[in-house]
Amino acid sequence: MKDDIIICRCQDVTEQEIVDAIKKYDLSTVDEVKRVTRAGMGHCQGKTCRKLVEQILSRELGKTVAVDQRTTLRPPTRAVPLDLLAKAEQSFDKVVSRGRGGHNE
Amino acid sequence: MSKFPKTADLVIIGGGVIGTSIAYELAKRGMKNIVLVEADTISSGSTGRCGGGIRAQWSTPENVRLAMASVERFKSLESELETDLEFEQGGYLILAHSNQELKQFENNVKMQRSLNLDVELIDSQQAKEIVPSLNIEKITGATWCSSDGSINPFLLNFAYAQAARQKGVKIFQQTRVIGIEHKSNKITGILTDKGKISTNQMVNAAGGYAGFIGEMAGLELPVVPHRHEILATEQINRFFKNMIMSFEYNLYFRQVVDGGIVGGQTNPGELPGTDLKSGLTFLKEMSVKLTHFIPKLRGVKVIRQWAGLYCTSPDAQPILGKIDNLAGYYQAIGFSGHGLMLAPRTAVLMANCITDPDFQDEDLSRLNLNRFKHGVISGERSVV
Repeated sequence: MKDDIIICRCQDVTEQEIVDAIKKYDLSTVDEVKRVTRAGMGHCQGKTCRKLVEQILSRELGKTVAVDQRTTLRPPTRAVPLDLLAKAEQSFDKVVSRGRGGHNE
Repeated sequence: MSKFPKTADLVIIGGGVIGTSIAYELAKRGMKNIVLVEADTISSGSTGRCGGGIRAQWSTPENVRLAMASVERFKSLESELETDLEFEQGGYLILAHSNQELKQFENNVKMQRSLNLDVELIDSQQAKEIVPSLNIEKITGATWCSSDGSINPFLLNFAYAQAARQKGVKIFQQTRVIGIEHKSNKITGILTDKGKISTNQMVNAAGGYAGFIGEMAGLELPVVPHRHEILATEQINRFFKNMIMSFEYNLYFRQVVDGGIVGGQTNPGELPGTDLKSGLTFLKEMSVKLTHFIPKLRGVKVIRQWAGLYCTSPDAQPILGKIDNLAGYYQAIGFSGHGLMLAPRTAVLMANCITDPDFQDEDLSRLNLNRFKHGVISGERSVV
């Protein structure tokens, strides 16, 4: 039945896929599950599935996943359209005039 | 999890793609008692933070050869490691914005073609044919290499780690190296926060932290960590499969398999350091550039941004192999942002060099630390 249960709705990841990944790669943290399965990398950034992944991981490992191992929350807090951000920065020429930033040249 | 070992034949420091791929290649050659220690978790460092691109379009022959051999390895890795790695050869389109830059590209292409890389100089119209949504307003030409591509960095890293484990490598995560013991110019032990491992051999594969590991062994390595930022957008229907790069306008971006756009830059004026914070300035600058080059991305939303470390070397090329005056110390560091794509070949070279004292390779010796002894050498220029 686990392959019927969607845990991460944004990335379409099932419970079975998460359990398989934990076993295949000896995963022990939510961050690792995220990296391998993409659960938590989608539009909601894990707001829906993070708790569920923690539960599955705790169940599979037979121990409570430590609080300090919770997956990193990346900015921005809410999805923001590119053009809204671009308008805040004015022009293309202004941006590229800041240079390449390369420390190798 | 097995008991923490008191001894090892070799200790690899770093659980990124460099450390795990070297572990795998060594175990494949029959080496026993290999221990890999990782301060955090697999892929928590630069590997898991990179853009996932693979290219052979470089300005130095060493990098071109390493990358071409790596691409050949990538082709067979999915079956060898028995995992789908999302390896795709979608090509790299590198944009030129002036005649001067085109001239440099022409030289690069000439050198690359002499090494049998199938790469060509194209005009802006041809670039538009490859990516129809591309705004070619500020583009004077481009180079195109269709065998370049991309891979899922996480899957590659985890697959190498697991294949290494299956061949007997012991991997200890959340295990931080706090000291390196050496006596009479020989490595004698690795101190970690979980205990000491006596060993006569070690590999520094610590990515952004490689300089600190070097310090622990009493070495002053010419590498510095630099923060680089990157973002990912929401998933949209896939409309291009190649990486688009501009050195002049300082960005690279691609659309990953799931449909999100992933793109990054080097922040102007970024100082050395291990800071991993994300900033609004980067977010705004990348948004300006992305919407300039692909106007139809305007309404697309950014869902995530993060940062990772380049381990920058003076010539933007890796520093590989052994060193003088410290027996048993090996390193694969200084990839300057390109460790993932160079990993498969690097791992083969490193494993050969560690297991066979007589092993010789032109690139391995050219990329040795020794090259910096003789003053300035010409560096890799094709870097974002």
